[in-house]
Amino acid sequence: MSVFLTYLKVFAVGGGLCALGQLLINKTEMSSARILVTFMLLGLVLEVAGVFDAIKEFASSGVTVPITGFGSAIAKGALEGGREGGLLGAVSGGLKAAAPGVSAVILFGFLFALVFRSRSKKI
Amino acid sequence: MTDKAEYRAFVKRNSPKSPMWRSLFAAFVVGGLICMAGEGVHDAISALFPALPDEDVGSWTTVVMIFVGAFLTAIGVYDKIGRVAGGGSIIPITGFANSVVSPALEYNREGVFFGICAKMFVIAGPIIVFGIVAGILVGVLGLIG
Repeated sequence: MSVFLTYLKVFAVGGGLCALGQLLINKTEMSSARILVTFMLLGLVLEVAGVFDAIKEFASSGVTVPITGFGSAIAKGALEGGREGGLLGAVSGGLKAAAPGVSAVILFGFLFALVFRSRSKKI
Repeated sequence: MTDKAEYRAFVKRNSPKSPMWRSLFAAFVVGGLICMAGEGVHDAISALFPALPDEDVGSWTTVVMIFVGAFLTAIGVYDKIGRVAGGGSIIPITGFANSVVSPALEYNREGVFFGICAKMFVIAGPIIVFGIVAGILVGVLGLIG
């Protein structure tokens, strides 16, 4: 039963974040790049404020699968890097934490673009 | 001759109402489902590799979700989801994958260098730049504070 509850919380919080994004799109007609940057920075600020872990404890993937999780990971990595490696750690910690996601996106993007053809007919 | 204000009012009256509640609902449901899928991937990875530390499970979950988002984009499914879900397909990490793969595919006919490799960051570029710069700021301020 607790598993069911966890998934329910993931659904509610994750869905809530996405609905909030949709509200921003409807109200301001922001482009998807701006939406993604806004939510990534939101995650980063929540991490720095020290509340991201509490939300993550509650909602798990509901807040880490949205791009807020990416921002939080960057802030966490930067702070940890600073604690362990001084200035160099502080400067490189964020990118280090972002590396799995960025590497995956570049690798798969490159491979799929080589193999597949675009489906849209607009050009 | 109609003046501008009158014309604007006319356009507003006659353009279709943007389906506000429906779009919010669709974003909520699809975004929630994608996050639940991520939780499923997370649970599956930690069940298959119990020795893996929790942070690594999170990283692998991100990689798997990016793979899925990239693949669904490549076969043309993700854009169909996006047409219905809007923010529900943009904000999850699969949407980040989509933002890279979609322009990369779109421009692959312009060659590997200036097509795929240059255009793949048209949307993701700002995210990566903002992320890295903000991360450096946080790190350096963390040293001071």
